[in-house]
Amino acid sequence: MVRQSGDVIVDLRNISLRFGGVKALTDISFDVREHEIRSIIGPNGAGKSSMLNVINGVYHPQEGQIHFRGQLRRRMEPHHAAEQGIARTFQNIALFKGMTVLDNIMTGRALKMRCNFLQHAFYWGAAQREESAHRLKVEEIIEFLEIQSIRKTPVGRLPYGLQKRVELARALAAEPHILLLDEPMAGMNVEEKQDMCRFILDVNDHYGTTIVLIEHDMGVVMDISDRVVVLDYGRKIGDGLPDEVKGNPEVIAAYLGTAH
Amino acid sequence: MATTRAAAVDVASLDTFPRLLMEHARQRPQRPAMREKEYGIWQTSTWADVAARVRALASGLAELGFKRGDRLAVVGDNRPRLYWSVAACQCLGGIPVMMYQDAVAQEMAYVMKDADIRFACVEDQEQVDKLLEIEAGLPSLERIVYDDPRGLRHYNQPFLHGMDEVLEMGRIHDEHHPDFLTNEIDKGSPEDIAVMLYTSGTTGQPKGVCQSHAAFIAAARGGCAFDRLGETEDILSYLPMAWVGDHLFSYAQALVAGFTINCPESAETVMNDLREIGPTYYFAPPRVFENLLTQVTIRMEDASRPKRALFAYFMNVARRCGADILDGKPVSAADRLRYALGNVLIYGPLKNVLGLSRIRVAYTAGAAIGPDLFRFYRSVGINLKQLYGQTETCAYVCLQPDGKIKFDSVGTPAPQVEVKLADNGEILVRGPMLLKAYYKRPEATAEALNAEGYFLTGDAGVLDADGHLKIIDRAKDVGRLNGGGLFAPNYIENKLKFFPYVKEAVCFGNRRDHVTAFINIDLEAVGNWAERRGLAYAGYTDLAGQAAVYALVKDCVEQVNADLSSDAAMGDAQVRRFLILHKELDADDGELTRTRKVRRNFIAEKYAVLVDALYAGKASQYIETQVSYEDGRSNMVAAELRIEDAQTFPPQARKAA
Repeated sequence: MVRQSGDVIVDLRNISLRFGGVKALTDISFDVREHEIRSIIGPNGAGKSSMLNVINGVYHPQEGQIHFRGQLRRRMEPHHAAEQGIARTFQNIALFKGMTVLDNIMTGRALKMRCNFLQHAFYWGAAQREESAHRLKVEEIIEFLEIQSIRKTPVGRLPYGLQKRVELARALAAEPHILLLDEPMAGMNVEEKQDMCRFILDVNDHYGTTIVLIEHDMGVVMDISDRVVVLDYGRKIGDGLPDEVKGNPEVIAAYLGTAH
Repeated sequence: MATTRAAAVDVASLDTFPRLLMEHARQRPQRPAMREKEYGIWQTSTWADVAARVRALASGLAELGFKRGDRLAVVGDNRPRLYWSVAACQCLGGIPVMMYQDAVAQEMAYVMKDADIRFACVEDQEQVDKLLEIEAGLPSLERIVYDDPRGLRHYNQPFLHGMDEVLEMGRIHDEHHPDFLTNEIDKGSPEDIAVMLYTSGTTGQPKGVCQSHAAFIAAARGGCAFDRLGETEDILSYLPMAWVGDHLFSYAQALVAGFTINCPESAETVMNDLREIGPTYYFAPPRVFENLLTQVTIRMEDASRPKRALFAYFMNVARRCGADILDGKPVSAADRLRYALGNVLIYGPLKNVLGLSRIRVAYTAGAAIGPDLFRFYRSVGINLKQLYGQTETCAYVCLQPDGKIKFDSVGTPAPQVEVKLADNGEILVRGPMLLKAYYKRPEATAEALNAEGYFLTGDAGVLDADGHLKIIDRAKDVGRLNGGGLFAPNYIENKLKFFPYVKEAVCFGNRRDHVTAFINIDLEAVGNWAERRGLAYAGYTDLAGQAAVYALVKDCVEQVNADLSSDAAMGDAQVRRFLILHKELDADDGELTRTRKVRRNFIAEKYAVLVDALYAGKASQYIETQVSYEDGRSNMVAAELRIEDAQTFPPQARKAA
């Protein structure tokens, strides 16, 4: 399958990130092109989640530059990232457990709401129209991810696999250009993984969303990614098409271990 | 407006489905015809909308080359647009061929080939993928129209069309040639084939049953008149469109009576949608009613003590007089008062939770329904009834009339239907609803219809003194005892299986002196029972062999015997001796079919020693059996099986009239 990937939209150059004396990332450079599915893989503690946190402005690297759509990005905070169309899901599900699926997804629209607090409180006129418009968008996503049957169910009562799907739905509600997915398939059974893969491919195809994905399941990564970057101990040890990465001896060593 | 009013004709005189549809659009344009939940909100199409869309779709199909007599495959979940495509196809004089949406590609290939399908209307990518997989082997297939475009954007096969595209094409065509479709509808005749439904094919390959407009309209009119269904009914259409029942209730009856069909959002939301719609007319197979009741029971067990007491008290009241009140029989004023109170406190809220508060008529069919289950629903005031029918009879043979319900019968012959029994007990039916033919199978048609025009149902039954039909078994399974008594194994087995402790039962008795039975206990139910009584057991085989369990099962068997003894036709077929099998019957061992029906002959051969021991009067028998596990391993199970006698009762010597 050859998907058309476009221009580079995120360009990371020589990124280094330290927490005190701990080097989380060392001199990493790679880029993300528009519309592609870009995977970051690596053993535990390789710096994958840190990498995502750098992209959406949670962490600020000590060295290196990030170019977003060709522009050098100075210090960016997570809400700037959200405003620029970067949405994400978390490795440990971060949903509002007591709220319904629908309400959780609605929170993903918060940034797009234009009415002020008072208007919402009275729920009248523009606020009402706005709510309907947002609800329509949310319902589209509910249908897209096939979670109609749990619309009104509190998230805390759902099985893990469905919670992950709800998290994806909330991220999608922000209509992102770039979607950062942190281990969307961790802890799922085979069937749930297949479903999630299909949804990721569908999102990529239908909404044209660029996807940056962290995942441990090699089968999944090799199947759905356009390009893969491999980290180990905070360093980049491989970058390229899935097949190239699969053949890279350093990657094999990092994953399978070497004889000591 | 005045002219259209004057031109309005009596719906009862219309004889094809397209004419009915167009007439509804004239007479009740603003009444809701179909509802579908989209984006979480029920969206309504009025009869005028539906008629306009069907016109457009039919014109679009015609532009794509669809011709009179062509067959259109319809595959998918219950979607309004698929119902439109059925009507559109009929407008053009084509024959919709309804197919099961969960069939695998190879099964679809068989039907597609058998029916020489040229056009297909399918729901979504899943169905398109299946058709593309088998398309190379289907030279006659020319065009595929899909409803939901999701995931299909990159499919560039020239023969694939989105339904929106076809609708738009048709709308323009209809604007320029408004007479075209009207003429096509006028050309239709009630004797044309309205639809082809495939039999499930439990015996051999599936056969296409051709039903004419006249047949289905007769069945639908008969049913609507019988239950006084009018334009205000609401029905939830959630059973497969390819099943004859859905075609009768959601299509034929809806078009005859002009009522509203509601399509659930997805298969998983059916229970929710049921609550939101609150249908007035409802059909479900027995297992759905069973699941609903189980949910209620579980939730009641978790409820607080006063609530449980209240529930128990009012359920007692309901058991005593609920069904009688529903049937309009005399009930004491005190009981009526209690029942009314119960309705406010328990039955009403319960029905509301189940989504059944507005039900006027509910039907069940397809399998035997346990009398307790049936009584429960009737006692809380839900007018649940049974019916009997087959694909070949438009699911229309017998219906239970309001107020004259017998729990073990399927009711009296429906209006215009003649029912009689052959010498071997087989049910023969005649009436306007019979199939025209099996598609391309004159021999099968000739076999199924006898010289007098009766259809041979293949089911065996008994008519009681009041003319109620009781289905007892498949005709080919029914045998005779040496004494001449009727032996219907399935009938007895079902009676045994209605006890929660009995999971499976296999009865023997054809050309024998008396009836004997193998029993499989329900490990969960009997296990719970044993736990409560402090009985220790090591597994199925151990539990099945315990004396206390034998006593428990013996009690069930004797209750069935007592029940059978009061039955005029079946009084001789009481279970004399039984044993509890040392292993659970399993499809992996070939003892059950994949749909969990017992394979009686296979079991009789496999356990021939046990059958012999039952008839030889032995008190026990040693047996070793190989069992296969799901992972392919196998193992031997051995046991000394105890055989017990059960008490029988003198049959009440009352012969059926």
